[in-house]
Amino acid sequence: MTTLAKHSRSASPASASSPKPQGSHRRFGDLKIALLFIAPAMIGFIVFYVVPTIRGLYLSFTEYSILGEPEWIGLDNYTAIAKDPLFWNSLAVTGQYVFINIIVQTALALGLALLMHKVAKSTLIRGALLLPWMMSNVIAALLWFWMLDYQIGVVNQFIEWAGLPRVAFFGSEEWAIPTQALINTWRHMGYTALLIFAGMQAIPGHLYEVAKLDGASPFQTFRKITIPLLRPVLVLVLVVTVIGSFQVFDTVSVTTGGGPVNATRVIQYYIYQRAFTESDFGYGSAIAVILFLILALVAFIQMKFLKGNESDLD
Amino acid sequence: MTTTTSRAPLPAATRRRRPFNPRRAGAWALLVLAIAVSVLPFLWVLRTALSTNSALASNSTSLLPAEFTFGAFMRVFGLQSPADAVAEGGSGAAIDFWLYLRNSIIFSSITTAGAVFFSAMAAYAFARLRWKGRNVVFSLFLGTMLVPPIFTALPNFLLIKNLDLLNTMLGMVLPYVFMTPFAIFFLRQFFLNMSREVEEAAMLDGAKHLRIFFQIILPNAAAPLATLALLTFIGQWNEYFWPLLVGSQDDVRVLQVGLGVFKSQSPQGAPDWSGLMAATLISALPVLILFAAFGKKIVNSIGFSGIK
Repeated sequence: MTTLAKHSRSASPASASSPKPQGSHRRFGDLKIALLFIAPAMIGFIVFYVVPTIRGLYLSFTEYSILGEPEWIGLDNYTAIAKDPLFWNSLAVTGQYVFINIIVQTALALGLALLMHKVAKSTLIRGALLLPWMMSNVIAALLWFWMLDYQIGVVNQFIEWAGLPRVAFFGSEEWAIPTQALINTWRHMGYTALLIFAGMQAIPGHLYEVAKLDGASPFQTFRKITIPLLRPVLVLVLVVTVIGSFQVFDTVSVTTGGGPVNATRVIQYYIYQRAFTESDFGYGSAIAVILFLILALVAFIQMKFLKGNESDLD
Repeated sequence: MTTTTSRAPLPAATRRRRPFNPRRAGAWALLVLAIAVSVLPFLWVLRTALSTNSALASNSTSLLPAEFTFGAFMRVFGLQSPADAVAEGGSGAAIDFWLYLRNSIIFSSITTAGAVFFSAMAAYAFARLRWKGRNVVFSLFLGTMLVPPIFTALPNFLLIKNLDLLNTMLGMVLPYVFMTPFAIFFLRQFFLNMSREVEEAAMLDGAKHLRIFFQIILPNAAAPLATLALLTFIGQWNEYFWPLLVGSQDDVRVLQVGLGVFKSQSPQGAPDWSGLMAATLISALPVLILFAAFGKKIVNSIGFSGIK
């Protein structure tokens, strides 16, 4: 999920300049009525976002097995995590997953966006490409679980026809993560392409005309106009997709369940296992805190080094 | 998910016919390939769902169903006797997708209605009312978008458990029903851009904020509200993690969770593929219908709004 927009610098200009018919309102503004309007959302915000964020942080410093009370143990969970080979494995597996997913997905999406921009802007085509994204992760996972089946999956039939050995997409340790990554690539490719396409539409057309008059080749135009002007959009797309990718869970949960051996035990699946199957909420929360920090760091680095908040379009 | 931008129509000049251009033909070929990869798997699901399990192995590449039957759909809806189900390669275990379908509809409808309505109220306060601390509170709300869902899911689970609401519909909808940060953000943008004139005229007539909200703001924002409701509904329909934690029992289990359970019941060594694909199709169907009806709205809502 995305959205970021220019009005983060806030305050509508309209409200600043509009006349104030009732002078008595001036000191408190519409505070009373505003509180009424905001009350339900505020309840949800406090009860299901703020308090759990603080509580999650607190739990990470405790030993808590759902029965009884959480017991404060300081940094013990974190020191245990640092020595936990399964944690480091989950980090490595997730990293591999994100790497494959993002590289392939972004490259394909960029290509598709370019194709749409050049030859076809119809809603029907965009709709067809968006179809996989409308489906749940569970559906995407099961659909490919069937098509990639070792015994009678259609993909393996084609592989055999091509004279190659069948591939155990979900059953072999070396294929399990690339398979998961490609399933999610399939699901998000069209959506990401549409985001990039929307960004391309915002590039002023006259720039391309000038480039054409100057005799620039399509490749030069792409490198010197499209990419630089698209950079803010690309950075946002990257930040959003990388953060989403780190939180992979559903497809792993319904297909491989972390296996074979530990090959697909991604971070979120490991948190789930520690907290819910082993009833170790303190440990699970501590890994969740680490995941949170990783995501914040990744987003920060991307924004900083790719200069996502600056545009060349001025 | 994202916000809407309205786009200017294409200038007519770009539409003139061109002679055959190999580069253009190549581009179209790639595009068609991408569309095929996106769409064809769904036809494969349909074909499998209409096949008989035992015939799938020997007939694994034909585009038509292998030994056509509605048996898989009947099995998934619990209309087949256990003996028949086992004979056709099912597990024979009771599985009732009517129930899951009903639960999914209740879960998605309640959360969508609540989240959209309450978020609209909050967005009104953030966009149209002047009060101290407004921008600070709004930034705090937005900040929650940065917290990964798994992080709050653990404490939220504990809360629902302590309230004794595990395996109840109430427990499942509570975290979503009051607002989503995205919905508030999305609607605030539209409310900010609405003209103030009608509102001020109404105010001079003595109309109160509640009346303005219901009679002026909401009707005028019908289009973005509909888009938001669509996107929220689809998102809720596809939700898996939270319903998995909180709604594991049959009477509140939603389709996505039911699918996972169905897949894990592997009868006679081999999965009940046609049953699984029938179930998958049923789970996808409401979204497919919404997409067929409102596809244009959804497609046009994808994009970043006013990035700079």
